[in-house]
Amino acid sequence: MQSKMKESDPILEVENLSASTDNLPILKGVSLTVYPGEIHAIMGRNGCGKSTLSKIIAGHPSYNITNGDIKFLGENINSLEPEERSQSGIFLGFQYPIEIPGVSNLEFLRVSTNARRKFLNKEELDTFDFEELVKEKLDIVKMDHAFLSRSVNQGFSGGEKKRNEILQMALLEPKIAILDETDSGLDIDALRIVASGIKKISNAQTGIILITHYQRLLDEIKPNYVHVMSDGQIIKTGESDLALELEEKGYEWTDNFIKET
Amino acid sequence: MVNENLVKDVVKEPYKYGFVTDIETEKIEKGLNEDIIKLISQKKEEPKFLLDFRLKAFKKWQKMKEPDWAALGYKKIDYQDIIYYSAPKQKEKISSLDEVDPKLLETFDKLGIPLTEQKKLTNVAVDAVFDSVSIATTFREELAEHGVIFCSISEAVKNHADLIEKYLGTVVPASDNYFAALNSAVFSDGSFVYIPKGVTCPMDLSSYFRINSGDSGQFERTLIIAEESSSVSYLEGCTAPMFDTNTLHAAVVELIALDDASIKYSTVQNWYAGDEEGIGGIFNFVTKRGKCLGKRSKISWSQVETGSAITWKYPSCLLLGEESVGEFYSVALTNNLQQADTGTKMIHIGPKTKSTIVSKGISAGNSKNSYRGLVKMGTKATGSRNYSQCDSMLIGDQASANTFPYIKSQQPNSEIEHEASTCRISEDQLFYLQSRGIDFEEAVSMMVSGFCRDVFNQLPMEFAAEADKLLALKLEGSVG
Repeated sequence: MQSKMKESDPILEVENLSASTDNLPILKGVSLTVYPGEIHAIMGRNGCGKSTLSKIIAGHPSYNITNGDIKFLGENINSLEPEERSQSGIFLGFQYPIEIPGVSNLEFLRVSTNARRKFLNKEELDTFDFEELVKEKLDIVKMDHAFLSRSVNQGFSGGEKKRNEILQMALLEPKIAILDETDSGLDIDALRIVASGIKKISNAQTGIILITHYQRLLDEIKPNYVHVMSDGQIIKTGESDLALELEEKGYEWTDNFIKET
Repeated sequence: MVNENLVKDVVKEPYKYGFVTDIETEKIEKGLNEDIIKLISQKKEEPKFLLDFRLKAFKKWQKMKEPDWAALGYKKIDYQDIIYYSAPKQKEKISSLDEVDPKLLETFDKLGIPLTEQKKLTNVAVDAVFDSVSIATTFREELAEHGVIFCSISEAVKNHADLIEKYLGTVVPASDNYFAALNSAVFSDGSFVYIPKGVTCPMDLSSYFRINSGDSGQFERTLIIAEESSSVSYLEGCTAPMFDTNTLHAAVVELIALDDASIKYSTVQNWYAGDEEGIGGIFNFVTKRGKCLGKRSKISWSQVETGSAITWKYPSCLLLGEESVGEFYSVALTNNLQQADTGTKMIHIGPKTKSTIVSKGISAGNSKNSYRGLVKMGTKATGSRNYSQCDSMLIGDQASANTFPYIKSQQPNSEIEHEASTCRISEDQLFYLQSRGIDFEEAVSMMVSGFCRDVFNQLPMEFAAEADKLLALKLEGSVG
């Protein structure tokens, strides 16, 4: 099955990527290729560079790429602005979604969706048509319509914020979604809602990278590959059972890989 | 850390209204003395009471000192180097708009204020003021059917002298402050509104002030009287050409609301602000005050201040009538080297009076933005309440924001509540919006209009949209 997938072109290629912030190296040569239909999980201790990797792929301005390339659908995107990356189909689900006081969630979602639609040469939606679309998508994450009239993420509970992220993913229909600890801080019910949402949105044409500490998300969404990161590098790659092994043995087990290499 | 270069790029949007109309004007010589005042009064064929009013004000002004308590720094104004009367030359008497110089009509067209019968704005009556004089007022007959008087103040002096004599200077006395005294001595034109008893004004009224010449000051005076149980919504807009000299604008606005009357006064001020180095721009020293004279009367100020090199302005309410209500909603945005010292005074005199203050200051570039407000509860203001909220937003790391709330209470049985906050647009917020496909500038303007929403909600609809656009325009390139 895997070999069949690889007949198509990759969605995302991260090639020997090194990056730093304030001259402090964070990533030290990361390579990762995601093909359509694949789900990759990235695991590792806090501070190993998982979140940084996701932010750099999304174009966060605080990090400098010191070596290597990020290619999206075959094109180098190292110097694209974050909004250009989003419009072309890269989605980052935030670990800590940001509160934007005063900006209505509905308007934010509409402007965001229209930016993507414009890129895809689709007609932009007015408030009325957008309401229709968003109603449909709300069901995917079982969110109440009342969320739309509140300010972006303001006063949302942890779970509500994460569901709002998945709602955005549903609206933007990205080619690749990088979900940074989307499962953290969720109770079992919320986790199921979020996981089933992700499954509904993804398909054979999309790629997903799940950044997580826990097996429980991977029980819901089975990854094709599991990567273990440590100190800015991917130190081991395996199939879904690697996550189980990791859960059992803990990250200390992975320290041995570093010693070996 | 926000990227500095980006910030600098953003604010470079040129000022759209900076053109000059090439028109023959009648100007008097520079300088200020009794003869000049007599000349202005004579040109305007004013009755004696008004000349006396002017001369008295001038005498007071001469004895006064220019105030220096505001958090503003600017080169001393030479009051003898200003022309106090400048008017476009036109035929003696104009009976209809067809006789107005087409260049003037064109000017207002370009400003988005069409005046001619075919093009005039629907549902808004406009009084267009060009330098020292009113050019035209639309919808006069329609308003007259309801007994509403809406005309230039010069005309009101001729046709409604009794009302002018009764009310002029009763809210802002000539001796009130330095700039009010100066205005009282030399004011040239402005708008006059009278809403009779029981009438709800059938459309919004609007004055549009245009400064055209570079060396003359603009000193307009507005007087609005709302009789018992009447109501009116009044809008004011301002623009000026770009000159590398500073032009003085010292206006006075007086509002009077009788029993159960309500006046809503909205301003979008977009005078030329000077260039990036702070050269040129309007010095805007304005006294605006409303008197809630009647029981249950209400005066509501809303303002969006985006222009001027210097803004010195405190629209205030004197709450005399029992259960009267005063409101102040303000957005003040400063960029580059602009300075604003603005706020309000809510003077609670009558019992059970209520006031609300919502002020949003946004400072970008190297600008300085101060809120200054006074809430006073007099001895008779039992059961009165005030709520103030003053929020500041900083963009970049060179701008500054101050809040100076003054609270004086002589009445223990009253409540005063004050909230203040300062925030900065964070890189995380910007990145979040950008990572959702929203470009940098739109992200900033979304957050700024979100910040101002409480105030924009108070503006008449078309005005709110305009204000939103104006802020976005002003901030373009200012953030990074």
